[in-house]
Amino acid sequence: MTRKQRRLTIIGGSLAVLAVAAALVLNAMRDSIVFFSTPKMVAEKHIPPGQRFRLGGLVQTGSLVHGDNLKVTFEVSDGSAALPVSYQGILPDLFREGQGIVAEGALDASGVFKADTVLAKHDETYMPKDVADALKKQGLWKEEYGAKSGNAARAAQGGQGAVR
Amino acid sequence: MIAESGHYALVLAFGLALIQSTVPILGARWRDVALMNVARSTAVAQLLFVAASFAALVTLHVSSDFSVINVFENSHSMKPLIYKITGVWGNHEGSMLLWVSILALFGGLVAMFGNNLPISLRAHLLAVQAWIASAFYLFILTTSNPFLRIANPPIEGQDLNPVLQDIGLAVHPPMLYLGYVGFSISFSFAIAALIEGRIDAAWARWVRPWTLVAWIFLTLGIAMGSYWAYYELGWGGWWFWDPVENASLMPWLAGTALLHSLVVMEKRNALKVWTILLSILAFSLSLLGTFLVRSGVLTSVHAFANDPRRGVFILLILCVFIGGSLALYVFRASSLKQGGLFAPISREGALVLNNLLLTTACATVFVGTLYPLALEVMTGEKISVGAPFFNLTFGPLFVPLLIAVPFGPLLAWKRGDLLAAAQRLIAAGIVALIVVALVYAWTHGGSTLAPLAIGLGLFVIVGAMIDIAERIGLFRIPFGNAIRRAQGLPRSAWGTMFAHAGVGIALIGIVCETTWNSENIRTMKPGEVTSVAGYSLKLDSLTPRQGPNYREMAAKFSVLVDGQPIAVMTPSKRNFTTRGATTTEAALLSRGASQLYISLGDIGADSSVTVRIYHKPLVLLIWFGPVLMAFGGMLSLSDRRLRVGAPKPAKSVRGLQAAE
Repeated sequence: MTRKQRRLTIIGGSLAVLAVAAALVLNAMRDSIVFFSTPKMVAEKHIPPGQRFRLGGLVQTGSLVHGDNLKVTFEVSDGSAALPVSYQGILPDLFREGQGIVAEGALDASGVFKADTVLAKHDETYMPKDVADALKKQGLWKEEYGAKSGNAARAAQGGQGAVR
Repeated sequence: MIAESGHYALVLAFGLALIQSTVPILGARWRDVALMNVARSTAVAQLLFVAASFAALVTLHVSSDFSVINVFENSHSMKPLIYKITGVWGNHEGSMLLWVSILALFGGLVAMFGNNLPISLRAHLLAVQAWIASAFYLFILTTSNPFLRIANPPIEGQDLNPVLQDIGLAVHPPMLYLGYVGFSISFSFAIAALIEGRIDAAWARWVRPWTLVAWIFLTLGIAMGSYWAYYELGWGGWWFWDPVENASLMPWLAGTALLHSLVVMEKRNALKVWTILLSILAFSLSLLGTFLVRSGVLTSVHAFANDPRRGVFILLILCVFIGGSLALYVFRASSLKQGGLFAPISREGALVLNNLLLTTACATVFVGTLYPLALEVMTGEKISVGAPFFNLTFGPLFVPLLIAVPFGPLLAWKRGDLLAAAQRLIAAGIVALIVVALVYAWTHGGSTLAPLAIGLGLFVIVGAMIDIAERIGLFRIPFGNAIRRAQGLPRSAWGTMFAHAGVGIALIGIVCETTWNSENIRTMKPGEVTSVAGYSLKLDSLTPRQGPNYREMAAKFSVLVDGQPIAVMTPSKRNFTTRGATTTEAALLSRGASQLYISLGDIGADSSVTVRIYHKPLVLLIWFGPVLMAFGGMLSLSDRRLRVGAPKPAKSVRGLQAAE
């Protein structure tokens, strides 16, 4: 083989690998990316049952109900809308009412969000960034959140508790 | 007083770095040896001053001087001494100081031990090193000064985040930084070579040990971080494809590629331009990692800098260094001379394939990590890219890489014989197939993917051993002779074997843990018994205990196998009073390479407790693999050729090759 042929072989091989990688990435982008919504956005967007997404907001005070076999139900609210959530498993260490959380799962036919993962930060004053941004965007942000989360975000390193 | 001295020492180090960034370059231009040698003394002096500054911060933390904001916010007088020390880098300012300290350490080491480097290369190298250092000193001094005082000193501190009060913090960040920052040396070497416009096999030989050191520490640092997350976060996961984890994985992938391409360059004087690019990329990805972690752009567990000025400053550093080095690369790379020729099927070809797959895999991680950020900036849409994405992209790219790993060392340089290599690997293939069949039969035809992946892991391990067996002529020549040959083998050959086998071992651990992990989540009261994977666990008691700066509720479990008690496990739930935060301390019991894992959930008023019990088969292999890889790296590092260095100027190296 001449130098040119050898070089072409290598370049051709590289392009082939890159093409495969690009195909893999595009395919994965289509199937495995999860969008973030707040209850208000859920109500507006009409997300079909079964489609996975992340739900963020505050746990509605007084809505947490413990059932048998570690089943829990609670409502997640963003101030203007609320969505019922059901979950089975152990909740993160500092999951409590009034606290910002992110849950991942899908709506069922009756409009209840079935979560298979619930994330909350370890620090009780911390508000997840997604939730804070969404609240700010909807004009429901209160300054006291910022004062708290600013202080706590600094401390939140390594502190993610989540349940599968 | 100590805080002010620490601050002053840091300013002096910055001044020295400024001198080191300019004077040696001018010296190299004017061919003035004295000016070029300024680089050495300033690098050593810089190291001394940064070390003094770092020592000052450690002293402040140890003596609980709460008049310093950094200590006040991250320490507590009741905190155990070890966490007072590790708490120094458990916060933004301190960890940046650790970053520059390690940067200065590497610079100092090159200055002290780089005697065999040509003087102008060393001058350029240390100057580039000082550019990086200056940028980060300026960053610390203007936005993240750890020595700031409070006007009215409080009596007590706010304590360190409880999750960080763990021995993991003592080991993980320093190791990771030694890895991250270690790649700055390869970067500086690359830039120095581009400035000088000269690069040869000797260059590769000088760079390789430094890259190897960085790679060893990065490997251990990532593995350590993963194990820490596994036992501290309390839900048994060991890798989350979190952007911060990806930030450390990307330089590791690029660094691994760099190690392999350096071999080609050293042995065959080929792939020069590519190797330079990889050196730049590896450190650029380290800088990107620093940016992602330190700027707070991520919704991530590690991002604790929430001051936008910091983010913008690091982004600026990132752009200047990555943009600048790539621009220099574009201008100068074409002037570098072409290297040796090789056929596509050859050792070089195999290493090119390795590089191709590693960098492509790195690119998919890059896309998965940055795409959500880019999308949010451009459209405001928030998405999360999690494990499914990476399993669908990273996984398929690693399979061909792992299949190719055993072939590489068996192919000859320049022109290899794929068929002969395949014949030699038949034994490994047979072992792998038998095990695939056995595992498949044993698990009653559950998942088909898992047995195949285990077979692939074994193929890699046995393949690595076959390379050594072939080299020493095991089973072909008398056994005694083979042993003598084995002793004569260069250590780097053994290093290759251990590192490659480590990859296979880690793969087996990952597959077993993810496929056959069994878990049992339930509520228990004292006296109750539950079982998981053939183990019976009896909750004996729940007892409150008092720690130095926390209170905890400890649950005592007896572990029984066939009715015989074998061990006691005590997971606990800690409540840190100062921060009002709770942490879960999981209890681990190792049985061979498998582990039982218990963590506690809520403790009810009626002394019932929710527990999460996992049995994780062969989980320890996940971390044993990387440790073995790092051990292989150390063996290679201790190889005579690298230690004695034999680095000679390019001329004599070329002479040697001609004589072959």
